[in-house]
Amino acid sequence: MAAPAIDHAMSTASQTQTITIAKGINQGLRAAMEADPKVIVMGEDVGKLGGVFRVTDGLQKDFGEQRVLDTPLAESGIIGTAVGLAIRGYRPVCEIQFDGFIFPGFDQIVSQVAKLHYRTQGRIKMPIVIRVPFGGGIGAVEHHSESPESLFAHTAGLKVVSCSNPVDAYWMIQQAIQCDDPVLFFEPKGRYHEKAQLDPTQTPYPLFRSRVVRTGSKATLVAYGPKVRTCLDAAAAAEEDGLDLEVIDLRTLSPLDLAPVFDSVRRTGRLVVVSEAASESSIASEVAARVQQECFYSLEAPVLRVTGFDSPYPPSKLEEEFLPDLDRVLHAVDRSLAW
Amino acid sequence: MSSPEQWTHPDGAPPATAATPTAEQVIAGLRATTEGGADLVQLLTPEGERVHHPDFDIDITPEELRGLYRDMVLVRRVDREANALQRQGQLGIWVPLLGQEAAQIGAGRAMQPNDMAFPSYREHGVAWCRDVHPTQLLGIFRGTDHGTWDPMEKRFHPYVIVIGNQVLNAAGYAMGQRFDGKVGDADGEATICFFGDGATSQGDVHEGFVWAAVYDAPLVFFCQNNQWAISEPTERQTRLPLYQRAKGYGFPGIRVDGNDVLATLAVTRWALQECRTGNGPVLIEAFTYRMDAHTTSDDPSRYRLSDELELWKLKDPIERVRVHLVKQQWADQEFFDQIQADSDAIAAELREYCVNMPDPGPERIFSNVYAEPSPVLDAQRDEFLDYVSGFAGGEH
Ligand SMILES: Cc1ncc(C[n+]2csc(CCOP(=O)(O)OP(=O)(O)O)c2C)c(N)n1
Ligand SMILES: [Mg+2]
Repeated sequence: MAAPAIDHAMSTASQTQTITIAKGINQGLRAAMEADPKVIVMGEDVGKLGGVFRVTDGLQKDFGEQRVLDTPLAESGIIGTAVGLAIRGYRPVCEIQFDGFIFPGFDQIVSQVAKLHYRTQGRIKMPIVIRVPFGGGIGAVEHHSESPESLFAHTAGLKVVSCSNPVDAYWMIQQAIQCDDPVLFFEPKGRYHEKAQLDPTQTPYPLFRSRVVRTGSKATLVAYGPKVRTCLDAAAAAEEDGLDLEVIDLRTLSPLDLAPVFDSVRRTGRLVVVSEAASESSIASEVAARVQQECFYSLEAPVLRVTGFDSPYPPSKLEEEFLPDLDRVLHAVDRSLAW
Repeated sequence: MSSPEQWTHPDGAPPATAATPTAEQVIAGLRATTEGGADLVQLLTPEGERVHHPDFDIDITPEELRGLYRDMVLVRRVDREANALQRQGQLGIWVPLLGQEAAQIGAGRAMQPNDMAFPSYREHGVAWCRDVHPTQLLGIFRGTDHGTWDPMEKRFHPYVIVIGNQVLNAAGYAMGQRFDGKVGDADGEATICFFGDGATSQGDVHEGFVWAAVYDAPLVFFCQNNQWAISEPTERQTRLPLYQRAKGYGFPGIRVDGNDVLATLAVTRWALQECRTGNGPVLIEAFTYRMDAHTTSDDPSRYRLSDELELWKLKDPIERVRVHLVKQQWADQEFFDQIQADSDAIAAELREYCVNMPDPGPERIFSNVYAEPSPVLDAQRDEFLDYVSGFAGGEH
């Protein structure tokens, strides 16, 4: 396995550049559109405006209005027409403006996007990417900070991934576009502006693989998307207290790639799973269930989850309390160690 | 395929979207349409001239017009003050109503006490008419709560952010009014539902049209066509002027000058009355303009030309009423001075209230998720409050 995914600082290649997560996705989209004329981008405000987060900035200007579509305001329409375009040989990349607005498109995603390949014995492929800026911490009004990924991971026929850093953002979006299955692509919007060094000549890490991003021996932290950074920060803080934590970035939520997690837990004996989503029937629950099944004799403590609560996302003045932070992660680590 | 012109103008009348900007500019999304076309109902011109309309006219007393003027000036002042509060970090975001005062005050003042309103998120002027104090709007935008007024007491539903959702909810509410026997005479009830031009693309809105039509619901669909859905001009949503869509669903559609408070009042009053007496639903397209950014997070210079704003400033909803009041000698300097003083007072009150709003306690995360107890959530709450109290008093 290659070096940790987060700190790419030291590459010497001349093409190395500093990018943010937003820029990484933007450049990844651009590369995919250059490589394949069938790749099109569609969504609300993605063209002239370049998206409300500017993730598609400049693409319509360079690729034209037939490849970057400012669609009518309807998510069912965006996804439903992407299905037809995919049947016609296109590879649509749909943008859902915010996590909480995916639900008008939910029917099309679950009933058509997820099932057409199965229904047609593989005759129709659905190479659709649905980009979803997700998660909280941006002080927004209702419906702008949600974490609905488990709903899609729960749906057979969909693949679900989430990037946590700019380099992954750049590569994963391109790999998702190349995938012949539909991919829900969850982007940590609260971290869009975090920076890292990208060397585009490097070999990318495979899309559907989890990754150890920090090695340690006392306990394992598992997270994805926005909470990977939180876990790395927690591990750094723990290190000052002489506590050595391993951090794994899941990257792929469906299919889950838990082999690195099992390996890790067999060494550390302790696992804390961290996510902003509510805990019941979640990705975190699934990880916990599988780990207790595979690593039962290695576990020194029950698997603990640090998640959002099983309430709607609260008013933003309460999001600091709602979102798992460094303190809550370390509190769970303490509980695990004290078991 | 037949052209949209043929569809909309079988009699050869000029296209209703005919406009100062060229068609190419409009389609390229550089400019919005500025002219409402031949079917636009107008009672007060941008120059403050009173004109008459064969179907929709209104007897307005000087006192009523002064009241409408006062409403508009005050909600504009509230809007500007809230916008400034956002800029100063006191609100997370603000959704400006600037330019849409006449549409909202005209519609809001057409309502009777028992009528019900379902807003989207920009209806601060309608809230005003429903006696929701402007300070009560702040929690949503400051992030202290998702909404604070009592929807049933005010007959003003909570703000709805997911585009289009409220239209079906309003249709259901109006069906209930009918099922309860509240429709049929002039004392009946009606519902009015607000949404934007962008929203007209959503399935929920189309389904709302179908439901209301099939159940003869007493529902006024009030579409504020402010020409933009964030960065997308109306042409990205429709070929047809929006009011003409109503015909396909089987009810009347009227385009009113949404910058003309008199016309909006007259048309909405008529529409609500139609609904109350059993002739609903009705679609009103209030032709207006979003004079500010979509929200305080938006930068319209990225997608529209500023000369468009200059054109619309000439159609300002407030200025034309002021001119008319002066011309008719229906208002004197003392009146205008008083309104200035009232504006200053409400702006000060809003500011004072805003900066002193307490943050909610962590228990709010868990309250009111369900009407009945939930053992899972209650346990989470207890555990979390316990955890939080561990930090109480000290830095952590
Ligand atoms: C279902 C859904 N999709 C996307 C959004 C994001 N969004 C918020 S406002 C808006 C444009 C709405 O335009 P319009 O209906 O014309 O209303 P206006 O804001 O102009 O009043 C969009 C796309 C949303 N709130 N809900
Ligand atoms: Mg609009």
